[in-house]
Amino acid sequence: MADTPKNSSSKPLSSKPITGAEILIRCLHEENVEFVFGYPGGAVLHIYDAIYHQDKFKHILVRHEQAALHAADAYSRSTGKVGVALVTSGPGATNAITGIATAYMDSIPMVIISGQVPTYAIGEDAFQECDTVGITRPCVKHNFLVKDVKDIAATMKKAFYVAASGRPGPVLVDIPKDITADLCKFEYPESVSLRSYNPVTKGHLGQIKKALKLLAEAKRPMVYSGGGVVLGDASAHLIKLIQSMGIPITSTLMGLGGFPASDEKFLGMLGMHGTYEANMAMQECDVLLAVGARFDDRVIGNTKHFLSNPRTIIHIDIDPSSISKRVKIDVPIVGDVKSVLADMNELIETEKASNQFVQNTNALAAWFKQINAWRSKKCLDFAQSDEFIKPQYVIQKLHEVTKGEAFVTSDVGQHQMWAAQYYKFNDPRRWINSGGLGTMGVGLPYAMGVQFAHPNAQVACVTGEGSIQMNIQELSTCAQYHLPIKVIMLNNRYLGMVRQWQEFFYENRYSESYMDSLPDFVKLAEAYGHVGMQITKPSDVEGALKEAFDMKSRFVFLDFITDQKENVFPMIQNGKGLSEMILASDIGAEDL
Amino acid sequence: MTTNAPRHIISLLMENEAGALSRVAGLFSARGYNIESLTVAATEDPTLSRMTIVTSGSEAVIEQIIKQLNKLIDVVKVLDLNDGKFIERELMLVKVKATGAFREEMKRMCDIFRGRIIDVADGSFTIELTGSGTKLDAFIESLDKAAILETVRTGASGIGRGDRILKV
Repeated sequence: MADTPKNSSSKPLSSKPITGAEILIRCLHEENVEFVFGYPGGAVLHIYDAIYHQDKFKHILVRHEQAALHAADAYSRSTGKVGVALVTSGPGATNAITGIATAYMDSIPMVIISGQVPTYAIGEDAFQECDTVGITRPCVKHNFLVKDVKDIAATMKKAFYVAASGRPGPVLVDIPKDITADLCKFEYPESVSLRSYNPVTKGHLGQIKKALKLLAEAKRPMVYSGGGVVLGDASAHLIKLIQSMGIPITSTLMGLGGFPASDEKFLGMLGMHGTYEANMAMQECDVLLAVGARFDDRVIGNTKHFLSNPRTIIHIDIDPSSISKRVKIDVPIVGDVKSVLADMNELIETEKASNQFVQNTNALAAWFKQINAWRSKKCLDFAQSDEFIKPQYVIQKLHEVTKGEAFVTSDVGQHQMWAAQYYKFNDPRRWINSGGLGTMGVGLPYAMGVQFAHPNAQVACVTGEGSIQMNIQELSTCAQYHLPIKVIMLNNRYLGMVRQWQEFFYENRYSESYMDSLPDFVKLAEAYGHVGMQITKPSDVEGALKEAFDMKSRFVFLDFITDQKENVFPMIQNGKGLSEMILASDIGAEDL
Repeated sequence: MTTNAPRHIISLLMENEAGALSRVAGLFSARGYNIESLTVAATEDPTLSRMTIVTSGSEAVIEQIIKQLNKLIDVVKVLDLNDGKFIERELMLVKVKATGAFREEMKRMCDIFRGRIIDVADGSFTIELTGSGTKLDAFIESLDKAAILETVRTGASGIGRGDRILKV
């Protein structure tokens, strides 16, 4: 380690030497860790023995390492704190990869501790050996291999610091077994400084003024907010800015809840399955303020098409590499979104007298008139049925029954999009899903992580019969810890999103997208000691949801047998532009 | 990425730690950036390594490369040498056939390019040549292909001219 934290500022916490495993545990105590999600194995036995002797944090035993990572990830997403996972060497670490990559793509702060074979066995193809640092390198913010017991404390301090600061992300610490048995005095550094890592948090004031001026002079201003607003806890500042400027706002999948969906200035989610009004406004605006978002392919579609409408783009982001990556930015502002938005609000306040940053009300009124015309398309309307349960209807009812206050986790696929479209999130950190990597199987372990963090909250896992089976073993973990999660499974007997693409682009050749031999999910839930329900009639949807959420202490698995052929609309085909949406009304969804 | 995109020499200082090189190499392969050459060695401060990467790409790509390199936790400083005046040098060792009349011819070519013969054997010379990449290319071009037995190049090292200094 080139930059060891200053010893002068560290406090001696133990006078007599303790084992590396004990030091590791003490580090977690120093970081006020509440939960460690993990799975034991040979290389981490010393660590697990040290866990046995402590009760400051709770260890959660999952059934598969991937779930430990997802649960720790969701704990972080729903609280803003660093999630912690612990896995053994070899297969323990490789099983964790999907979870690490999922967190990395969505910038979730996590510290992952992996066991490693003893230092003297590294490189000898020892039992359960793999090059964990090498394998994880492309999907972590940073990683460390600790080769000396004296480095454990300083490395852990750095790991937590790097994970949570700047653009957050997962940091892995690989610790060989012999290091966890070696003895050393424990000193936890109070501060950490790295000469090679100093994230910029304060935005450039000149750029911020320029941005405000551009927005004030705009005829068709628009704000596009992303996951950065949620991760940066900048929601209150964003709301204040939008209210004082009175301009329309859309959000990415990851940003949902960062601005209240019930506000009339909110146009809904944008992107591939975004609303008509959000996508049209995004395409037609003349000044665009992007806040903690990254113009990814699922959001703006074809960049050429996007750029065919001239507009000035302002981009606030903590990560300079997110700026001008896919789309050239006119006014870049590198900084923490919360700090930059606070500066914007302050400038508007102090410049009130000068009228410098006041919107042109006539232009804004005309802009909203246009937006309302787009809104009148009612792009999220769907044909209700007495015969089949419409998946959208289930989400609408879920929203009603939980009064919009639940934490909603989702898996990946059609159900994810319906949850995003129809559960109107008014608060940040309530919508927990894998946006970047798009990992099927996250839903149930995500719900676990959220429920541990918020034991008294309503937690709903919206899933499909495909996704749920990717981590179905966690029904056992939910039983062990009595987690009162409600699984809302939209069961259409298809890998729905795959089927939808095959229907549109492969002339209905449903190659391997139908799932035969599904289990009896009610019996499966019951086998784990949970409550299972199957709902087949639209008229039973609301009652079943009420009944489930009334069972406050029970895990309830609701198997909704939904309309097999329902599709997600609006939809932008791959490679098409934002304004080239397919709407349900264009196609007559019923005829498909 | 087009191959005729402008060539850039990027210099960086990074923590001299195990794995640091593979973080940089991995970044280039993961994001599909070109690497023409990459050289690295410790500096006078043994905790720091200095790396010179020769790459090519449009302005936007080079901007992303610099940003992505800066994002690596181990990278302390990054400089695109092409942003100002700089000197570029590369070392090449060439083993050439040197028999009969060839022997004198090789000696002459070596002198013209200001190379040095550093090893002499019955049938061959080993020539050491330093210069910019294009100079080394020119030397290779000027030799009879059949006369070249072996070449080894270090890849470019670069340094800013005058007051342009990359230091922590």
